[in-house]
Amino acid sequence: MAIHEMQTTRSRRPRFGMRAREEVAGYLFILPWLIGFLVFTAGAMIYSLYLSFFDADFLTQSTFTGVTNYTQMFTDDALWFKAMRNTLYYSFISVPLLTILALMIALLLNQKVVGLSFFRTIYYLPSVVQGVAVAILWVWLFHPDFGPINGLLGLFGLSGPAWLSTEEWAMPAIIIMSLWGVGGSMIIFLAGLQGISQSFYDAASIDGAGPLASFWHITVPMMTPTIFFSLVLGLIGSFQMFTQAYVMTRGGPNNATLTYVMHIYNKGFQQFHFGYASALAWVLFIVILLFTMLILKSSTAWVYYEGELKK
Amino acid sequence: MAETTAIEVGKRVTPWQGPSRYVYLGRKISQRGLVYLLLLAGAILFLIPFVWMLSTSLKEGPQVYRWPPVWIPDPVRFDNYTKAWNLLPFVQFYWNTVRISFLSIIGTVLSCTLAAYGFARLRFRGRDILFVLLLATLMLPNQVTMIPQYIWFAKLGWVNTYLPLIVPSFFGNPFSIFLLRQFFMTLPHELDDAAKIDGCSFFGIYAKIILPLSKAAVGVVAIFSFTYHWNDFLYPLIYLQSIEQFTISLGLRMFQTNTFVDMQSLMAMSVVALIPQLVIFFIAQRHLVQGVVLSGIKG
Repeated sequence: MAIHEMQTTRSRRPRFGMRAREEVAGYLFILPWLIGFLVFTAGAMIYSLYLSFFDADFLTQSTFTGVTNYTQMFTDDALWFKAMRNTLYYSFISVPLLTILALMIALLLNQKVVGLSFFRTIYYLPSVVQGVAVAILWVWLFHPDFGPINGLLGLFGLSGPAWLSTEEWAMPAIIIMSLWGVGGSMIIFLAGLQGISQSFYDAASIDGAGPLASFWHITVPMMTPTIFFSLVLGLIGSFQMFTQAYVMTRGGPNNATLTYVMHIYNKGFQQFHFGYASALAWVLFIVILLFTMLILKSSTAWVYYEGELKK
Repeated sequence: MAETTAIEVGKRVTPWQGPSRYVYLGRKISQRGLVYLLLLAGAILFLIPFVWMLSTSLKEGPQVYRWPPVWIPDPVRFDNYTKAWNLLPFVQFYWNTVRISFLSIIGTVLSCTLAAYGFARLRFRGRDILFVLLLATLMLPNQVTMIPQYIWFAKLGWVNTYLPLIVPSFFGNPFSIFLLRQFFMTLPHELDDAAKIDGCSFFGIYAKIILPLSKAAVGVVAIFSFTYHWNDFLYPLIYLQSIEQFTISLGLRMFQTNTFVDMQSLMAMSVVALIPQLVIFFIAQRHLVQGVVLSGIKG
């Protein structure tokens, strides 16, 4: 009995000490992030939510106005609808197109091509260089009279539109530009494709499945988790588009490319309606959350996880 | 399609099946041809913007505005670069951006490797919930926290300084922590155990074992951080007001809106702004690819 007790305490004490030390160490290691999370994320979110119920300008006075900021969006801010519509338009066209294009390029590159790394470099490169320089470059590429895009269309006997200076073509132009950045998703898809075991294809071909059948019944299901991940991240990113539209069109012409984040920027940092801008940001967050939930909900119907088989 | 597969799978190839076998081979070859054709056409399309930028930046004025577009500048005007360089204090812009990026990289690497090590290797109460919270913040648009942060930084007197652009980096970012954690998880636990038996502290394991084994992953995080800060536009736009403090993005934007600036100078400056990114891309490409894969696949 005594020996038994001694043994347990002896074996337990150092282990307990280790565990406790590990607990403390764990929190110390994540401390910088945790502080940042509590202050810059959680704290800022709460403050932002608080501000959204006030008519607050910059640092001076603020008056409680209840949900006025929120109702104002729907009743008294014509640009809100435009900004929301433009952002949804951009997201719903560019994200699916980007995903399909990324998948197509990845499939082509996965055909055991010679010079794989050469092609991969070229397709990946544009997605790494983004920002103001690239936006400026695309303004010039889309130049209606001297730009190479209309030049190229001219080769096929087509006369291209005036792109960024027309209401109907400005957003499509920005979407086309966004497709140039397909590389990031393409790399992820390519890795996903390369991760599909050859044995699946061998088994299918023994069963007499053609390439098309293998594609639909092996490649597509195996890729759905990756596609799902890329769709979610793509959607979140696209809802926050700002730099391109700001540099290329400044939201014009006639607010045709005014994005939601640009609207927040204008309200918050041009007109200093911090309360209203906070409310705008919260609505954006809720919209993003809703769409993410929607994809998440739908994912049970179309995303296939390999682990499910093993259960 | 199904027919050809049947022939391929079929064990006996009788002589009269010969022609269709050739047809199959022919189809295979033309299929390969199509793959290369598509890839090559796509690659050319993807390269055109770069070629156009470089070509314009070396053109003489009248050649810039010519229809149909001129692709090879004649004569080649390198002095577009020196002209553009002298129009604005680009050296200053460059130096400003380098400083912000460099300090942010240090902050990001420090805070993110620490947090990632904690999440990947240590067991503590609430770890999994905190990690889910961390992942949830990936969904949060920056705009929600942008205004409160601005108000706080303004109260601290940090507007028109680099501090609001640098200091948040020292508190980690969810994407980099996630990426590093995924990488740390792949390292064998035996290493930690062996070090623990040798009396190594947790910090010792982190600094002497995990970090040296993760140079590539840390490098990827550093490069992502560099690219982000080099390209960042919205935050510098909000916080920086005086021209001497502008980053390269703000400088380029100012350059663009200046009506006296011609297209060849604008393109020359865009090329100059992209050079660091291009150089880093070509040096670290392989690692970057692995980093992207790590962040995307094992979610």
